[in-house]
Amino acid sequence: MEKRPRSFYVLASFFGLFILFLYGPTLTIAILSFQGPKGGLTFPMNGVSLHWFRDLFEQQAVGDIWGAFRRSLLLGFMVMITTVVGSVMAGLAFRKRFAGSSVLFYLAITSLVIPSILISLGVGLIFNQLGFRVHWATSGFGSQLTWTLPFGLLIMFAVFNRFDKSYEEAARDQGASSWQTIRFVVVPIIAPSLIGVALFGFTLSYDEFARTLLTAGSYNTLPLEIFGMTTNVTTPVIYALGTLTTLFSLGVIGFFLLTFWLIGKRRARFGSDAGKGL
Amino acid sequence: MHRTLITWLQAAPLAVILLGFLVAPIIMIVIVSFWGATEFSIYPDFQLENYKFLFSSPVTYKVFFVTFKYAFITWALTLTIGFTVAYFLAFHIRSQTTQIALFLLCTIPFWTSNIIRMISWIPFLGRNGIANQTLISWGVIDAPLDWLLYSDFSVILAFVHLYTLFMVVPIFNTMMRIDKSLLEAARDAGASGFQTLCHLIIPLTKPGIMIGSIFVLTLVMGDFITVRFMSGSQKANVGRLISNDIALLQYPSAAATAVVLLCTVLIMIAIMLRFVNIRKEL
Repeated sequence: MEKRPRSFYVLASFFGLFILFLYGPTLTIAILSFQGPKGGLTFPMNGVSLHWFRDLFEQQAVGDIWGAFRRSLLLGFMVMITTVVGSVMAGLAFRKRFAGSSVLFYLAITSLVIPSILISLGVGLIFNQLGFRVHWATSGFGSQLTWTLPFGLLIMFAVFNRFDKSYEEAARDQGASSWQTIRFVVVPIIAPSLIGVALFGFTLSYDEFARTLLTAGSYNTLPLEIFGMTTNVTTPVIYALGTLTTLFSLGVIGFFLLTFWLIGKRRARFGSDAGKGL
Repeated sequence: MHRTLITWLQAAPLAVILLGFLVAPIIMIVIVSFWGATEFSIYPDFQLENYKFLFSSPVTYKVFFVTFKYAFITWALTLTIGFTVAYFLAFHIRSQTTQIALFLLCTIPFWTSNIIRMISWIPFLGRNGIANQTLISWGVIDAPLDWLLYSDFSVILAFVHLYTLFMVVPIFNTMMRIDKSLLEAARDAGASGFQTLCHLIIPLTKPGIMIGSIFVLTLVMGDFITVRFMSGSQKANVGRLISNDIALLQYPSAAATAVVLLCTVLIMIAIMLRFVNIRKEL
């Protein structure tokens, strides 16, 4: 193997510092969440305890975080499923040119880059003027989709750009209907990427703040609840909450990545060796 | 006819969501920006007062200037860091497994909470935070620095922390598509590493740089929460101007500011999109 140039070591240390920059702060609050009962928001550690984690389970100390967590979880699932279905369908549609396709494409891009507060403000105004009550499961749900669906769509573009159309042609030649082609050929082939779309849908919804701010109504989602805490909670209990919800996110990411990997393994095991010259 | 109908049906869910929660809200904001407001309520009207007030107030220009300043500095920093990281991953890591693992390591924070990631800077930057304690113990400074937290510095630091990822991913993606034999050809022709970078890699990575820039610029331009949290409500950008008006129930004035912000952002994007075809680059 070729000897590594000196620039490798310079860049590798830069990369290491970057990773430290990304993860360092989060690790710090993870450590600080184990502060003793008399400990403050910064070092030094004043003893080690689970005090602040216990505090999270006491209603009066922190408000309704468990209710907020349940709502965020449910909303995350709703957004995830809608995002997967919506982006796959739109991805299929965009493989052909149809009237309005470029308008729809630019709308999706606009949806991604528009300042989030505009969605929040606009949706809030519409609901108010029409006399509807804003609620996380209606206005909040729709507002979050304006953020997750375009991401899903971009992933589907990436997937279909690499999709070998001859599989579909083969299916059609064998007499498959267009629904059968999608159900038994296209979807199984793109299945691993759908896990990626689902990951985006769930996590982006679970952590979404700006577009939900004016559209969630009187019942907060978890990020809104946490933000409310930042203004009036001055104890490490907020670090404990941050640590738990980050661990939860990491668990979700791990679950999706593991599923992705397992599907790949399964595929390698059961896949045909046709055309490989074995 | 039948086929077109199916295609339209496939595009329908996306179209319905975007019409209901993107197009309609924008139209509503434009309409309300001409309405009037009392202290407690808003009423339909057609007046230009909101815009007149907005453009005659020196605060507006100051706040727009701050917004551009944040956007530009964050853009320059995220581009430099993001390009370097992507370059290292794409050209210096030889095994594909390591490459994927390190790339994931960079992207995982994107899927965790932004608010928690902002909060996590407090123990670092506070008056008695890690940064001040370390600098004092090294003897670099005598008294704690006050400008670390709740300042422009902390705002930009948080932006870079949150958004560098949006540069790394698209730049890495385009770099991976560069044909490696081009690099060999450049070397065989006697190009130095620096020349290869300037005349080959940077020009070929331009689409990725553009996509990353679009993300970073629009996220920073539209932000209101990072500025509020990291500046301890001491700094203002356009997003905060809007959210303050909303908090005071001055929706028409918030809407007028929002319209101006939207136009600014869309003009920037339109210019940048002329240099890149997003659909081809994915």
